[in-house]
Amino acid sequence: MPNAYMHSSESKLVKTNAMIPHITRDNDNTFTQQKEGQVRIPSGCAIAGIINKSGKRMSGKAIIDSISVMRDRSNGLGGGFAAYGIYPEYKDYYALHIFYDSTSAKRECEEFLEHHFDIINLSKIPTRKMKEITDEPLIWRYFVTPLPTKLADSQLDEREFTAKCVFRVNTKINGAYVFSSGKNMGVFKAVGYPEDVGRFYKLDEYEGYCFTAHGRYPTNTPGWWGGAHPFALLDYSVVHNGEISSYDANRRAIEMYGYKCTLQTDTEVITYIIDYLHRKKGLSFNEIASVIAAPFWQTIECMSQKKQEIHKYLRVMFSAQLITGPFSILIGFEGGLMALNDRLKLRSMVVGEKEDTVYISSEEAAIRVIEPNLEKVWSPKGGQPVIIHLNGSGL
Amino acid sequence: MAINFLHPYYEIVRNYEKCIICRACERQCINEAHIYIQDKLQMVCDDAKCVNCHRCVSLCPTRALKIVRNGNTYKENVNWNGRTIDEIYRQAESGGVLLSSMGNPENYPIYFDKILLNASQVTNPSIDPLREPMETKVFLGTKPTDIERDKNGYIKNNLPPQIALSMPVMFSAMSYGSISYNAHESLARAAEELGIFYNTGEGGLHEDFYRYGKNTIVQVASGRFGVHPQYLNSGVAIEIKMGQGAKPGIGGHLPGTKIIGDISRTRMVPEGSDAISPAPHHDIYSIEDLRQLVYSLKEATDYKKPVIVKIAAVHNVAAIASGIARSGADIIAIDGFRGGTGAAPTRIRDNVGIPIELALASVDTRLRNENIRNNISIVVGGSIRSSADVVKAIALGADCTYIATSALLALGCHLCRSCHTGKCNWGIATQVPELVKRLNPNIGYKRLVNLLNAWQHEIKEMMGGMGINSIESLKGNRLMLRGVGLNEKELEILGIKHAGE
Repeated sequence: MPNAYMHSSESKLVKTNAMIPHITRDNDNTFTQQKEGQVRIPSGCAIAGIINKSGKRMSGKAIIDSISVMRDRSNGLGGGFAAYGIYPEYKDYYALHIFYDSTSAKRECEEFLEHHFDIINLSKIPTRKMKEITDEPLIWRYFVTPLPTKLADSQLDEREFTAKCVFRVNTKINGAYVFSSGKNMGVFKAVGYPEDVGRFYKLDEYEGYCFTAHGRYPTNTPGWWGGAHPFALLDYSVVHNGEISSYDANRRAIEMYGYKCTLQTDTEVITYIIDYLHRKKGLSFNEIASVIAAPFWQTIECMSQKKQEIHKYLRVMFSAQLITGPFSILIGFEGGLMALNDRLKLRSMVVGEKEDTVYISSEEAAIRVIEPNLEKVWSPKGGQPVIIHLNGSGL
Repeated sequence: MAINFLHPYYEIVRNYEKCIICRACERQCINEAHIYIQDKLQMVCDDAKCVNCHRCVSLCPTRALKIVRNGNTYKENVNWNGRTIDEIYRQAESGGVLLSSMGNPENYPIYFDKILLNASQVTNPSIDPLREPMETKVFLGTKPTDIERDKNGYIKNNLPPQIALSMPVMFSAMSYGSISYNAHESLARAAEELGIFYNTGEGGLHEDFYRYGKNTIVQVASGRFGVHPQYLNSGVAIEIKMGQGAKPGIGGHLPGTKIIGDISRTRMVPEGSDAISPAPHHDIYSIEDLRQLVYSLKEATDYKKPVIVKIAAVHNVAAIASGIARSGADIIAIDGFRGGTGAAPTRIRDNVGIPIELALASVDTRLRNENIRNNISIVVGGSIRSSADVVKAIALGADCTYIATSALLALGCHLCRSCHTGKCNWGIATQVPELVKRLNPNIGYKRLVNLLNAWQHEIKEMMGGMGINSIESLKGNRLMLRGVGLNEKELEILGIKHAGE
């Protein structure tokens, strides 16, 4: 990974994000509110996901209806969605969704993009004016592909090149923030209740084979749209309910590999761990589940010799990617979805099935509201992954 | 007797109403501080001979004895305190280097005591180790960069040799010679029962103890005493001792009077001749030489055993560690300036080296910044005094800790810091047969097991409080730490926030 390493200033734990202003002192010498990235904000949450195994596309309305049932698990300070299969006409291009603070940030960012990518299409992301959603930044979408000469010069593969450019914008261009960068998928998020965020982005007008949703209950005011979830890198998106106790062990380990955790959120570090294990280390999602929610040693000891060896290897090799503390997460990726609980199951998560469609949610009510006649409803055990691949048998 | 200007530091106080003149104190004190006066049928004491080891206090059946600080004082002077003045007197008389034992006792900051741990409240649950699994198992060794798969897609085991411990604590190196046979037996048996390791130190391995090989780390120091192929292959790992926290830059010296019998045979040194460990290894004058020794030892053991390089925490420790991480070594052991010793020049012990907390934090940070942290595991010692110190060290970034003084205390040591005299009343740091037999290994090993079982319970409780149920999620998790009363620079080096932040 040439030039991949970014010197993280270990000693200065307060990270600043390019898009958000530094802490400023008012005239009366009091601190203004710290924002996401300057302070670590624990959150409670609601999550929901729907996937059609045969790849049939559905409207985004269902996921809005689902998450809206869990309104009391959010507090209006963050909501968002990830949608897969929504850009079939541009499926070979990276869809960059970007928040801008100002037109000058947009100019600077677009100049950077033009230097590194062929921009096939660009537009404002359509939104609906509504009183529940305020203070919106400029929200733009670009369909791009890396410039062949730049890509060749970088000696990187296309995905690494794109990921690096995303990091570059997010850490170096003040006032610009790429919050979605996958192919044929997109993240839509804002400060507000998730159902309002869905209507704001007109999600019902998109059609995809998989959606995930997140409603956030942060314990102080992030006040910044980039801090809402899902968090995404390339086609990996994560929605997460919980507060992981391994955060700083995970963060400090992943920052060795060129990632920079600017938001100080669990979701961000989990996304980077998924990207690292799947894209860079080539682990399967099953293996990833065995790393981040590893079986206890006492469980491993009861396994067959062959399985013991594999699990021991994964735990020793990727010990710094073990995640402890409560979490339920939905990991979206190209062609599938994985749901996973922490190994003690300290957060609720329910799975429902009807024909080709799989529903996952923090609460069963959020599934029943959109599909009352389920064929199967169950709660996965702690650390037991539910992996759904399109046209496959992940369950 | 010539005037030597010295007045005893301690005073033995005997309660004559309680004393039954059983003369146990007299028999127990190798220093002959207790004397029976036949004519008067009375016990008297010579305070000047007392080292304050508490052997007599502990064994007095009527609790008639106590040792108190001698109230005698020089004219008060902040600059010239009593100890400083006495040391001048002693050197003026002897013309020699002052010798001391055990760790630096001076009033330097103890950073572990200025770091506080976190616990869960509301936003995530604490975990009860009595109800849920709580994992303290640790693996030490190099981790490869990439995974490999066979042609069927199965992951291949490409891990270099790893050593597994039930908890992140090991017994640090103490040589046979510096401590007794019974002390070594206690450590070896405790390590076996606990599923951890003890360390031979530089004096070779007594033939009786080869049976504890699965729980033994063998040490190779600059004197190469007792090093031969069978020795190297007898343990689970090999430690190259480059330095020791109590005396960085200094070698060792076991006087010929202690090189007798089994010790002579184990060390492969003729009886009665001094065993001198040079300050440097004379085949290691630079980092590339270290690499050659690492690989020589690996060749000798067929690449089946991880190699540990132990260094003292000195000013440039982060850069040295970075070099060691690229030397082929699997584990680095860092010994802080509070680390113990059987004998060291006082001026070295009290003035050289740096605190282990700062050394650990800067090494861990440096290795991460250079993306070589996975090349090597970090073990720290000098001094780990409790389970809380273990937890704090792991959260700062250590993989494991070394304890030695704590282990000796469990065996009965009272930290009188007189090991260099060879007259340990507790049978630990001595080779005098009648003293050695005072330490019963059947009891000694059990006390060590008790100590570390207690620590393991406490470690689990602290982890559970933080909502962490596996030790690997504590490793380097500095967000779980807060400093109290530390300045900005100290917090920066430790990589932690101040309490309240």
